[in-house]
Amino acid sequence: MKFRTPLSKVRGLGAAHDGTGEFWIQRMTSIASIPLTLFLIGSSLYLIGADYNAVRGYISSIFVAPALILVIVVFIWHMYIGMKEILIDYVHAPALKFTALILNMFYTIFLGLISVYAILKLSFGV
Amino acid sequence: MADKKTRADRPLSPHLQVYRLSMTFLMSGFHRATGFALYFGMAIPAAWLLAVASGSDWFELANSLINTLPGRFILFGYSWGLIHHMLGGVRHLIWDTGRGLDLVSVEIFARATLIGSIALTLAVWLAAFALGGFQS
Repeated sequence: MKFRTPLSKVRGLGAAHDGTGEFWIQRMTSIASIPLTLFLIGSSLYLIGADYNAVRGYISSIFVAPALILVIVVFIWHMYIGMKEILIDYVHAPALKFTALILNMFYTIFLGLISVYAILKLSFGV
Repeated sequence: MADKKTRADRPLSPHLQVYRLSMTFLMSGFHRATGFALYFGMAIPAAWLLAVASGSDWFELANSLINTLPGRFILFGYSWGLIHHMLGGVRHLIWDTGRGLDLVSVEIFARATLIGSIALTLAVWLAAFALGGFQS
């Protein structure tokens, strides 16, 4: 007796439609990273010798704070995919591989969250 | 998972150690290595932002750590890694358009990436020096 319909036999065998998804995001974030990196270097040079209040004022200013949050989001996303690629390339033992992939997600999200939280905390002055 | 028998019968793709060292090979490795290092290096700006958000005492502590010799050495390495990975990324983006894949171009790109990253990093640190970054 055949309980499976012809449709169920072919379902899931075709393209998943997101095979190039991470490839595309890695390119988008790398394009965005070019001006953001230059902004980061420019900001570092601008803040040389600045005292605490000047640094606070700069980070929390209306254009800098969103730009810095963008740096964090773009870099973290790029880092997450990049490390995932490295782990998949070199780590083959299943237990180690999945542990590393999970730690990759925890590390990147944690780092991103504390960075964005710090920027927001400075911006809202609490 | 392949068992021992099937594994023995299959030809393996050649890996790093079978190739002669070339500039393109080296820059490919540098790109991945700088990306790997920057992954952990991202903890530096994150920690610094956290220090600024935690008050002036933490801010002073973070800056005094950066201003030590090891601190500056790490920051120099971080800045070079960032710039090198950025230039390597530009190279990859050019390749993604299908351009510059011929043997002459890839050799030029490989050298330009390394020379460019060293030159740009030195320029940034010279600018930092000119702006008084080494006084305190």
